[in-house]
Order: sequence, then C-alpha cells, then structure tokens
Amino acid sequence: MTSFGWPEFLFLLRSTGWTLLLTVIAFTLGGVAGGGIAIMRLSRNPVLRWIAMLYILVIQSIPVLMVLFMSYYGLTLFGIELPPTVAASASLAVYVAAYLAEIWRGCIQAVPKQQWEASASLALTRFEQYRYVILPQAIRISLPPTVGFLVQLVKNTSIVSVVGFTDLARAGQLINQAVFKPFQVFTVVAALYFVICFPLSRLSRYLEGRLNARRSH
Amino acid sequence: MPAVVIDDIHKRFGAIEVLKGVSLTVESGQVVAVIGRSGSGKSTMLRCINGLEPFQSGRIEVAGHEVVQNQKRLRALRKDVGMVFQSYNLFPHLTVGQNITLSPRVTQKVPEKEAVERAREVLAQVGLSEKYDAYPETLSGGQQQRVAIARSLAMQPKVMLFDEVTSALDPELTGEVLIVMEKLAQGGMTMLLVTHEMNFARSVADVTVFMHQGKIWEMGPSEELFTSPKTPELANFISAGVK
Amino acid sequence: MAMTLHFESVIAASPIIIDGIILTIELSASAIIGGTALALLLVGTKSLAPKYVGWLVDAYVELMRNTPFLVQLFMIFFGLPLVGMRMTGVQAALLAMTLNLGAYSTEIIRAGVDSIHKSQIEAGLSLAFSRLQVFRYVVLMPAIGRVWPALSSQFVLMLLASSICSFISVPELSGAAALVEQRTFRSFEVYIIVTVTYLIMALTLKLFLAWLGRWLFVGISMNAASGEKG
Ligand SMILES: Nc1ncnc2c1ncn2[C@@H]1O[C@H](COP(=O)(O)OP(=O)(O)OP(=O)(O)O)[C@@H](O)[C@H]1O
Ligand SMILES: [Mg+2]
Repeated sequence: MTSFGWPEFLFLLRSTGWTLLLTVIAFTLGGVAGGGIAIMRLSRNPVLRWIAMLYILVIQSIPVLMVLFMSYYGLTLFGIELPPTVAASASLAVYVAAYLAEIWRGCIQAVPKQQWEASASLALTRFEQYRYVILPQAIRISLPPTVGFLVQLVKNTSIVSVVGFTDLARAGQLINQAVFKPFQVFTVVAALYFVICFPLSRLSRYLEGRLNARRSH
Repeated sequence: MPAVVIDDIHKRFGAIEVLKGVSLTVESGQVVAVIGRSGSGKSTMLRCINGLEPFQSGRIEVAGHEVVQNQKRLRALRKDVGMVFQSYNLFPHLTVGQNITLSPRVTQKVPEKEAVERAREVLAQVGLSEKYDAYPETLSGGQQQRVAIARSLAMQPKVMLFDEVTSALDPELTGEVLIVMEKLAQGGMTMLLVTHEMNFARSVADVTVFMHQGKIWEMGPSEELFTSPKTPELANFISAGVK
Repeated sequence: MAMTLHFESVIAASPIIIDGIILTIELSASAIIGGTALALLLVGTKSLAPKYVGWLVDAYVELMRNTPFLVQLFMIFFGLPLVGMRMTGVQAALLAMTLNLGAYSTEIIRAGVDSIHKSQIEAGLSLAFSRLQVFRYVVLMPAIGRVWPALSSQFVLMLLASSICSFISVPELSGAAALVEQRTFRSFEVYIIVTVTYLIMALTLKLFLAWLGRWLFVGISMNAASGEKG
C-alpha cells in the first residue's frame, strides 16, 4: 500500500488546475449564453421571453448531475463522441447559462426604468440603450452575485467525473482508493477547494458592501 | 406650420381612460404651459407626444413626424424632440460631458470633436461650463436638471417637452432652472411644458392650458387665463395653487 | 445513425425508480427539517452565546459553504468509520445533507435576524421577556418570514443536490437511475424519466414552500416590505 506523500499531493495540485480550467471555460461559455438568455428573457418578443423563461425554470429545477448526464448521453445518442474536457465544459455551461441568466436578468431590471425612458427619448436604439446606458450600470450591480455564483460553480465542478473528467474531487477519490487515508486525502482536497472558494466568497461580500455604500451615498 | 398637433387622442391604462379626447396645437416658436391637478393626465399627454406611451385613438404630429409605434420612425421623431424629466435621469456612470455627447455621437454620427464642441456650447448656455468632467452624483439637483436640459439641447431639437422639471427640486434651486428655460423661450425654442410654477407659466408661456380629468378644460393666452378663468374648476385651481 | 428511444425495459424496472423517489423524498424532507433545526440552534447560539462561540459557528458555516458537498459526503462516508463511526450510505447521506443545509440556512436566517430592527428587541426586553424569549417570539418568526424566499430556494437546491449521494451508491433517485441503467443499458431513456421526475419534485416543493410561507408568515412579509431600508 502506498502512502499519501508528495507525488499524490502534486497530483491533487494538478487536478486543481483542471478544476480551475474547467470552471473558467464553463463560466465563459455559460456566461455568453446566459447573457443572451437574460436579454431574451427581457425581450419585447413574447416567444423569446417564453423560451428563456422555460429554459431557466427547467434547468434550475433539475440537479446539475442530470444536466451533465442529459447533455452527455444526449450528444452520444446523436453519435457525437466528445472528449471529457469538452463534454464537461459544455454540459456545465448549460447549467451556468440558466443561473447567470436569472442573476443578470435581476441586475438589468434593477436599473431604474427612467434610464430606459431617458435614453429612448435621446433616440437610442434598443441595442444602443443596452450598450451605452443599461449594461454598464447592470454590470456594476451584477458583480457581487456573479462572483458569488462562481463559488457555486467551482463546487459543482466536483461532480464532472461522471462524464469521465478527472478533476480535483475525482483525483482525491482515486488517491484514497490507493492509499486509503480518507481523512488526510479529503482534508487536503477540501482545503484546496476552500483556498479557491473562500477568497471568492469574501470578494463577493466586499463588492456587495461597496455597492451598498455607493447606493446609500 | 404648427410644431405640435394633437388631434383628439384617447389613452387608456387598462380600463381607466386617462386622456379623453385631447386636442392641442402648438405653433412653431410658441411656449405653451400645461397646468392641472395631479392625475389630470398632463404627463401622459407629454409622453404620448414622444411615443413613450402608446395611445388608442387620435393623431399626433410633432416636428413633421407622425407619432406611430414603430421604433424606427419613433427614433427619427425623437431626434427632433427633446424631453426633460422631473427626475433628471442623467446616466450616473457617465460624466456630464459624456451624458451630453452620447446621443449626438451615437445616433447622429457627429464626429467626436464636433460633439465635444457642441456639448461645451450647450453647457455654457445652462451656465455649467466648469462641470464638463464631473459625475452627476457630485452635482446639486438644480445643476443636474440643467445638465439634462443641455443634454436635450445638444440634439438640436425643434421642439422641447418639459415634465415638471422643477418639482423634485428644493425651492432655492428651482430659480436657476427656470432662468435657463426662460432664456430658451426667449431664444425662440418651441416649448411644451408641464409645470406647477404658476408665475412662470403666466409670465413666460404664450398660452396656458388647464387640464382637468383627462380633458383640456380651458386654454388661452396666459395672462388672460390667469386673470379671468372661465370655469370654476380653473378658478379653484388657481386660488389654491398660487402661493 | 438511427436514433430510437426504447422506454419498455426502463418502465419494467420502475419499482427501483419508485423506491428511489421515495428515498429522495425521505432524505430531503429529513435534511430540511434537521438542517433548519441545526440552523436555528446555531443562529440562536450566535446571537446569545459569547463571542468566541460565535466565531466557531462562523468557521463551521464558512467551511461548509466553501467546499463541495461531494467532498463533505466523502469525508463523512469514508472518514468517520475510521474513528469508529460505521454508517450506511443512507446515514452518511442524511448526515452530510443536514450539516450542509444547516450551514447555508444559518447564514440565511442570520441575515434575517440582522434585519430585525433593534427597537423591536428593546421593546421585547422592556416587556420583561428574557433574552431567549425575545429571540424566540420577537426576532425569530419575523426574521424567517423575511428570508423565506431565500430559504425556500436553498431547500430546493438541497433536494437537487441529494442526487450527489449516488456517488456513494445511495439508491435515491439518481442512484436508482444508475442501477436501472446498468440493468437495461438505456442510459438516455433512464435519465429522461429521472430528470422529468426531479423537475416535478422540485416544482412541487417550490409551490409547497410558497404556500407554507403564506400560511406560516401571514402579515410578516408585508411588514418586511414596509420595514425595508430605502
Ligand atoms: N403606467 C401607468 N399605469 C396605470 N395608470 C397610470 C400609469 N401612468 C399614469 N397612470 C394614471 O393616469 C392618470 C394620469 O397620470 P399622469 O401622470 O398623466 O398625471 P399628471 O397630471 O402628470 O399628474 P402629476 O401632477 O401627479 O404628475 C393618473 O390617474 C395615473 O394614476
Ligand atoms: Mg406628471
């Protein structure tokens, strides 16, 4: 039986890198899609609004694990075999898009209605209103909850081993199977997650405090 | 040619009829004040003119544009019609200069340099040249409202609409805004303004319109309207309103 | 590539799925009740006990909120037996879910307690209530009423996260799905059925919690709206 030493720790560190990479890709893809869905959700076209609403409702009402399975097996069913990295990021992005869309919809709606009216009166198109007036303000409001969601995402990447991806949690499981020192191994794994998530949580809280201070100003 | 023609418009919010057949003509260069109780439909009428509120029937033509709920045509109209709101509605993330140059640059494709020149001009007109780089939150309410007026002026509109632009201001700050508006009126701008400032309406507006229960109850040359109201409603309103 | 779906064999295995649904409901309901109780205990402790005890509560909450549920589950399932606490997968799942939800709910309810105006507490104390009585009668119910929407979403998230217990072979709904999949090789069909089932359960729970909130906190959320800081 091997013990839990440097090589194992380095393996965990490397897997932490994979977890981070996966988080970044899923967040980027999901963010782009989520932004689009948020704007669809607020569109003047009822069909677009309805599609966005349904998407958000459904994804937020099923486990992330099922989102992973469904996207993974769904694609396989169409005969598309994806490498684990792509499968994992794409299916996580499906989940990310729904949550970010809902968060950002709230932030866009938090921009006062008068900002829409004033910019419309200045003859801006709807796109220009978003681009120059609404989004810059919405983005400022959205920072704290977005960073907060990033913490959820990092934690939720821990289940991607179901589509064959070896992330930090999976690496911990593998090492534990080899050395059978669950307390040691999972303490280190938990600590690595904590080191990523805790600063993000604090950042989210700090940003929120700053935003509230500005508001009550 | 009249700058604004409102012809028998009816406007409902759900089941409630807020404008019950309003007709009004504003000649080019004229200043028209709209007075009336809260809820009489003044803001709604103004908002119908630049298409912020759709209406059910009737017809409005302003600065040569017919008001229709078509985004493209509404934008063309809004380039010629300035609107100033009670709550200023400056863009808080932009400086004064950026607030003013935004629309000329984006919607009228005015080159940067010219847009800045124009912005400095209109800022000087409202007496705030030194605030070009300031952010709205650092300005007083009166200053913000003057910037909002400048922002509309930078579009070089043919008609300006003002909706109770001094109502949110402390009394000592209303004066500076009214002075700006009076200068505009003297400069020949066509203006339609909703106001609670009776003295201002009386001395600056050519015509005053009294709205009551969603209708134009009485209208006429300002001096005449205030000195000899024909309806008891207006008489009541004036005696209660003049402070 | 022919793409046909076959549900027959999956439907033949429906008893396993039904047992899974029942276990998911049992686990979630117990964790919601247990987690809320734990949270109330921790919030009460934090409000009333000395500062350093409060720090311990904070540390616990932060640890749970900043590590994945899966790792917590592994720690409990694989780790605790080593210190003599042997437990079944279901017991480990229940413990992990309760501890996890307890931490999140502590944070949420504490925010609600913080939003209760000081004058309310002073009024209670001046009526000769003890600090514990004030906490119970004056602070707690309005506090929970105010954060009920956030608490409800957390409960729904817990129901969804219970699927992760399939990683330690607990035969709740997702675990049952894995069993049926191994038996029938109809992965996509199994997961369609299971996903729709989760959807129905989550929406039902949402509706139930909204109804429960209206029933439990009559008038309180209205107070919250008028008591909100500008
Ligand atoms: N978006 C809306 N939805 C429903 N009703 C509205 C809406 N906007 C205005 N109203 C109603 O229409 C009526 C006229 O409102 P309007 O704002 O035009 O009055 P006003 O004369 O400008 O009053 P004030 O002096 O208070 O500004 C009021 O009864 C108001 O409640
Ligand atoms: Mg009004």
